[in-house]
Amino acid sequence: MEVQEIIKNLKVQIVEQLNLEEVKPEDIDANAPLFGDGLGLDSIDALELIVLLEKNYEIKIQDPKEAKAIFTSVQTMADYVASKMK
Amino acid sequence: MNAIISSYCKIVPNKISVGGKLFFEEASEKELPEFLSAAYKYGELNYPKFHKMDKLCKLGMLATELALRNCPDWKALDKSRIALIFSNQSSSLDSDRNHAHAISDKQNYFPSPSVFVYTLPNIIMGEIAIKHKISGENAFFISNQFDPELLFSYSTILLQTTGTEFVVCGWVNCDRTHNDAFVYCVKKSNFKEQNSGPELDHTSENIRQLYNT
Repeated sequence: MEVQEIIKNLKVQIVEQLNLEEVKPEDIDANAPLFGDGLGLDSIDALELIVLLEKNYEIKIQDPKEAKAIFTSVQTMADYVASKMK
Repeated sequence: MNAIISSYCKIVPNKISVGGKLFFEEASEKELPEFLSAAYKYGELNYPKFHKMDKLCKLGMLATELALRNCPDWKALDKSRIALIFSNQSSSLDSDRNHAHAISDKQNYFPSPSVFVYTLPNIIMGEIAIKHKISGENAFFISNQFDPELLFSYSTILLQTTGTEFVVCGWVNCDRTHNDAFVYCVKKSNFKEQNSGPELDHTSENIRQLYNT
């Protein structure tokens, strides 16, 4: 799967999994921060993102230190998913 | 020391009243989540985190926001002097069931953190406290039915023996067939202002009457 396709899927999955009812997938900037100023996600959302990767891509994040870099943005998440699919 | 009930909000299926006046009503009967979403939009709450909450928290948050909106002077208070006292019958049973369902299939075992986090009823108060930076006393009671004496006596003790000046009290219940919320605000007052409108003396009888109205 191409990175652009993963990005498109991730945006839809994030909106669904995190119940972002006032956000449309196409409105998410792939390079914007997921936490803080960007989508404004919180710590529970971070856990949901871990579940999302496991459920949809069978990717388990074993090292919590990895998570911070992976969940920087949709782009970094997609890059990580793509690297695991190779 | 006197205390007065300065505002109140009641939510029953498909109907919301604030200060005894109809605020929002669905013309046709809707399921609770749809009704709460419609009321959120109508009330212009503008708090996106609302959509992530479970039904119990949405009920409590909506009732609290509308009660507080009708009581403008609370914003000037020291937030550490505002207490939250809530109660219900069914605890967090609705989310407890959802969580149990999510972990029932061992072959498809994906417990959801955002469901699990609501498997305690006092999260309602956490959500309200986070939104308004309230840091005063808080307590959540489980009782078989709405208990005005309990809410009255506990909030009176807080007002008389601690630095508490304002209490948001509530009954917020969410279960299969029993969904309702009643949130009222109590403030310290050494005198009852003239022409104070809907303000009522803080008594268990008045609380009971407002709930039953």
